[in-house]
Amino acid sequence: MRLEYPSNIKIIRIPCTGKLDIIHILRAFEKGADGVYAVGCLEGSCQFNNGNIRSRKRIEQAKKLLDTIGVGGERVAMYNLSSGEGTHFASYAKEMNEKIQKIGPNPIKLAKKRMAA
Amino acid sequence: MIIADKKPIEEIIEAIKDYKKILILGCNECVTVCEAGGKKEVEILASALRMYFLNQSKDVKIDEKTLERQCDHEYLEEIRNTVENYDSILSLACGVGVQFTAEKYHSTPVFPGVNTCFLGATEERGVWVERCQACGKCILASTGGICPVSRCAKRILNGPCGGSSKGKCEINKDLACAWQLIIDRLKALGKLDEYEKITPIKDWSTDRAGGPRKVIREDVKQ
Repeated sequence: MRLEYPSNIKIIRIPCTGKLDIIHILRAFEKGADGVYAVGCLEGSCQFNNGNIRSRKRIEQAKKLLDTIGVGGERVAMYNLSSGEGTHFASYAKEMNEKIQKIGPNPIKLAKKRMAA
Repeated sequence: MIIADKKPIEEIIEAIKDYKKILILGCNECVTVCEAGGKKEVEILASALRMYFLNQSKDVKIDEKTLERQCDHEYLEEIRNTVENYDSILSLACGVGVQFTAEKYHSTPVFPGVNTCFLGATEERGVWVERCQACGKCILASTGGICPVSRCAKRILNGPCGGSSKGKCEINKDLACAWQLIIDRLKALGKLDEYEKITPIKDWSTDRAGGPRKVIREDVKQ
């Protein structure tokens, strides 16, 4: 397919999105990520029954927490696709990238620079 | 086990906002099982607080530690040499752990990070239910293993009351009537004659009515 997606996206592979925990999302923001999104299998077709449902719940919890601490819950998202949907993978990456570009950089990253100065 | 629930992060922030060196102290026992104050919750809270204070341009040091228990001297001693590095402790243990930590390190303020709720069991993941009120005088032997003290809204010992309808309690239609459960259970056990016996007035002096309680076991006491 030779599809392109934004080069600023770093892929972290996990065995199932059910492995994703809130702390993984928070650590990414602590380390300066501007946005985090999980791409799981389509709902209803998880090999482990409900891994992607668990992931969605954790994404929702992380959103609330990030809103409370002033980082912004809109910086996290969950997408679902099947392994054959490469075009969707690329379009979701572009969509997320555009959304985060509009929101701007992670305030934690800016605060770290401010504190170091 | 003791069931606790996480405090809202806003309430925690309000309590600790004036401190600069905070130790978040988790507990590996009950609060880990009910996912309120174990190592995982300590990590999440610590990360969230670090980001919150950083975003406020406040230089606050937040460290994490999870002890095997906070209700035993030997485990609390593990932080003896490091506690002086902090100006406050945020304990995610139950109320017992928070108090025991505060008693041991009386010059360091200790704040609770969870709300301690009750003695209960895990019905399913994410659903915890009350099963014991620690009344100090167990009557489960005569009630088919179902406790009217913790499960009946009125705590009556000769039930059901007139508020029981179709096996449900009048305070909530989703709440099973404890006495209906007891009758059903005794029937299944072929012990309905137990139900016919009138239970005398309970001695509540072993409950909270007698003030703070203490168990002293001379056989194991040192």
